Amino acid sequence: MMKNKFSEKFSAWLSGEVDLTEKIAEEKRTEAPSRISKKEEAEETKIIRSLEKKEIKLSFKEYKVLSVVFCVILIGILTATVYFLPTFASSDVPAVNEVYEHYVAQGRDETGAVNTVAGMILDYRAFDTLGESFVLFTATCAVLILMDDKHKKPKKEMHETVNYSRDPIVKSMAAILIPLILVFGAYILVNGHLSPGGGFSGGAILGAGFILYAMVYGDEQALKVLSERKIKVVTICSLSFYCLAKSYSFFTGNEFNGVHSVISAGTPGDILSGGLIMPLNIAVGLVVCCTMYSFYMLFKRGRMN
Amino acid sequence: MNLLENYEELVAMILFVIGFTMLVFSKNLLKKIIGLNIMDTGVYLFLASMGYIKDALTPIVPAEGEVNPMDYINPIPSGLVLTGIVVSVSVSALTLALCVRLYKKYHTLDLDEMYMHMKKEEE
Repeated sequence: MMKNKFSEKFSAWLSGEVDLTEKIAEEKRTEAPSRISKKEEAEETKIIRSLEKKEIKLSFKEYKVLSVVFCVILIGILTATVYFLPTFASSDVPAVNEVYEHYVAQGRDETGAVNTVAGMILDYRAFDTLGESFVLFTATCAVLILMDDKHKKPKKEMHETVNYSRDPIVKSMAAILIPLILVFGAYILVNGHLSPGGGFSGGAILGAGFILYAMVYGDEQALKVLSERKIKVVTICSLSFYCLAKSYSFFTGNEFNGVHSVISAGTPGDILSGGLIMPLNIAVGLVVCCTMYSFYMLFKRGRMN
Repeated sequence: MNLLENYEELVAMILFVIGFTMLVFSKNLLKKIIGLNIMDTGVYLFLASMGYIKDALTPIVPAEGEVNPMDYINPIPSGLVLTGIVVSVSVSALTLALCVRLYKKYHTLDLDEMYMHMKKEEE
């Protein structure tokens, strides 16, 4: 009997016709038909809150058990799937096919990049990477819209942040580290077609360098170095450069219209090789760097200026 | 027998399920986002281990000479993981910003409490 009642309640809760609030609202109506003083009202809401919490706790004991049971069942099903997968690390899997062979064997001569992954994501599948850059750009725009509190008057800094620029240890360490981090990020960007790394990792390192700068020397100082306007210009220029460059190689890559690309693949292994891969790596890296930095600024300040 | 050899895929599956359960059943919005990220990690581990070939090298080929494809691991899953990481960063940032907005309005991250506040607003 009791169990039946609970299951009914649970199904009602699941289907969205929640009776948790209704009951309390009824109580409120019967108890206090007339308006009373504000103090009593506040007390009443307090009682209602505690009642609500109790109800939730009661109905969620079983909920937790159910979720654990669900987790175990799902692990069981997926373990059975793993049992039928091909053996780990064998070369006898469906993914090792002619596409893989072509990318590894002919990738270097076709794209000019020694790093096959860079050649793949920025030459064979460059439109995929373009889409990724636009995902990052869209995420920045969405966060900017969501975190925007320009309409409210700027509050005084609620949590007084410590100014580390006067701390001798932090300041001197940052003065040594930040240039090193930025140079290392630039190195990874420029060497993306020769060594592990590329636009995304290099851009993330560059962004980390700027975030460290903002943490140590304060947001105002950092925004003087990398302001909202600069971020806009850099992001838009990088994205449109990527679009134009890839449209060019898309147009000239077609062997039937008689137009040939003037950009050659170069000698594999040289720093200036790989055709468009190095400029594209730099463009992607700048977009990633600006995105990381603006995420930090938006979540910390709620605005970009 | 296959289960012990495929231990990496097994760990990936367990990570995926833990993240999925957290995403679906947790009431706290922040925990949901953490669950989503754990789920992503499981997928990356699965992809990376599917691309691995025993005794093979990273796909950075020498500048000259013939290249034997069987000496290198499969570069395609590496590229897919790269894509996934970028998308997951964007999704995390977007959902966290949504969380901040919801917290500013309802002063709670609990889904049920939020739902009750919405219900009261409707009345």
